Amino acid sequence: MAKSHIKMTVNGKVVEELVEPRTLLIYFLREQLMLTGPHIGCETSHCGACTVDLNGKSVKSCTMFAVQADGADIRTIEGMANADGTLHALQEGFREMHGLQCGFCTPGMITRAYRLLQENKNPSEEEIRYGISGNLCRCTGYQNIVKAIQYAAAKLSGVPFQEAAE
Amino acid sequence: MIPGSFSYHRPSSVAEAVGLLAKLGDDGRALAGGHSLIPMMKLRLAEPAHLVDLAGIADLKGIRLDGNDIVIGAMTTQHDLIGSDLLGAKIPILRETSLLIADPQVRYVGTLGGNVANGDPGNDMPAVMLCLNATYHVTGKAGERRIAAREFYQGAYFTALEAGDVLTAVRIPVPPAGHGSAYEKLKRKIGDYATAAAAVVLTMSGGKVATCSIGLTNVAETPLWAEEAAKILVGSTLDAATVKKAVAAAEAITAPASDARGPAHYRTKMAGVMLTRALGRAKAKARG
Repeated sequence: MAKSHIKMTVNGKVVEELVEPRTLLIYFLREQLMLTGPHIGCETSHCGACTVDLNGKSVKSCTMFAVQADGADIRTIEGMANADGTLHALQEGFREMHGLQCGFCTPGMITRAYRLLQENKNPSEEEIRYGISGNLCRCTGYQNIVKAIQYAAAKLSGVPFQEAAE
Repeated sequence: MIPGSFSYHRPSSVAEAVGLLAKLGDDGRALAGGHSLIPMMKLRLAEPAHLVDLAGIADLKGIRLDGNDIVIGAMTTQHDLIGSDLLGAKIPILRETSLLIADPQVRYVGTLGGNVANGDPGNDMPAVMLCLNATYHVTGKAGERRIAAREFYQGAYFTALEAGDVLTAVRIPVPPAGHGSAYEKLKRKIGDYATAAAAVVLTMSGGKVATCSIGLTNVAETPLWAEEAAKILVGSTLDAATVKKAVAAAEAITAPASDARGPAHYRTKMAGVMLTRALGRAKAKARG
């Protein structure tokens, strides 16, 4: 099958590659661009471990072909840290609030929460839980993930976050 | 899970897409958001040799008022529906339903056109379209035609679409101001298809039901328009005895499968429970 030429911006860098049309975006990112932050969990669009930010939307990169992302602007967990190398408020929040145990879901959680906070700077706990309802975590019970996102929302708004991790 | 090989096409107009699909025949499939088709391709339940991606066609996006109808482009996403102030004001049941479909990531990509054209009895929008008496705009080899949603669904994954057809838009008559509506969906978890679900749109006048329409999701091979049940309710105050009669009429037209969501008789009863709840909420929202 003839390969397609695609060009897109990934974490601020323009990439041009040849892909088979059937290549899913998650495989393109992980195996061609070697961005292994987005994970392959269920591969059936349930778990959200493969979530990336694409043209200002959170998408499950296991349920999209790389050719569909031609021309897109993509951000993965690898592009989340600040330009000076310091952690993004969400990354810091997950560390400070113990928002992970095994860490498998974390890149998807943070990437999804990034878009959630872009759309809603001060989400309620309920809005956070609904906003991350497409991301599964099998370790934490979500308590500290919610707190990590609340931590980041507070930090980005310049307010100190008072609660402790559980 | 790697799909079979295919050639990828990205036309920039409906005419070009229809031309391609007509030429490709059974080898071609239209691709909208892909959140039904791509999982099927991963399982090799669908192995199209050609995918015609509709994402590059600007005409297929957007929500507009046209006289007393709202016309929604087929490639409008669930996320777009949720964010539309026009829909929120005129047809709030669409926003309510979208919010119960899948999860945020899927709603950013999944489209209204894909949801209604797919023919999966688990999709939520078809029953809502039956309830609202929507019409689908379809373009094929012979030009554009319009198909009533109530005549569109023929069986699981079988619809009135023919090879080469593209569903381009959904036209919905705006329900009267002051109408009440509700979509009640029983599901096991976020992202699940309905065990059973019911859509209700009604108007009240002097405390009595003036008009009523009911759609049911995932309790038969097709979405159901519960015409008889709605007729029973017109003229009533939605008193318990009349609601019970209408629910029985709605349950009588269901024919659900027994599956992981429960045995058939349970799903039929849940359709009745969802209908009862939807009627209560719709009435509470209606004026008059």
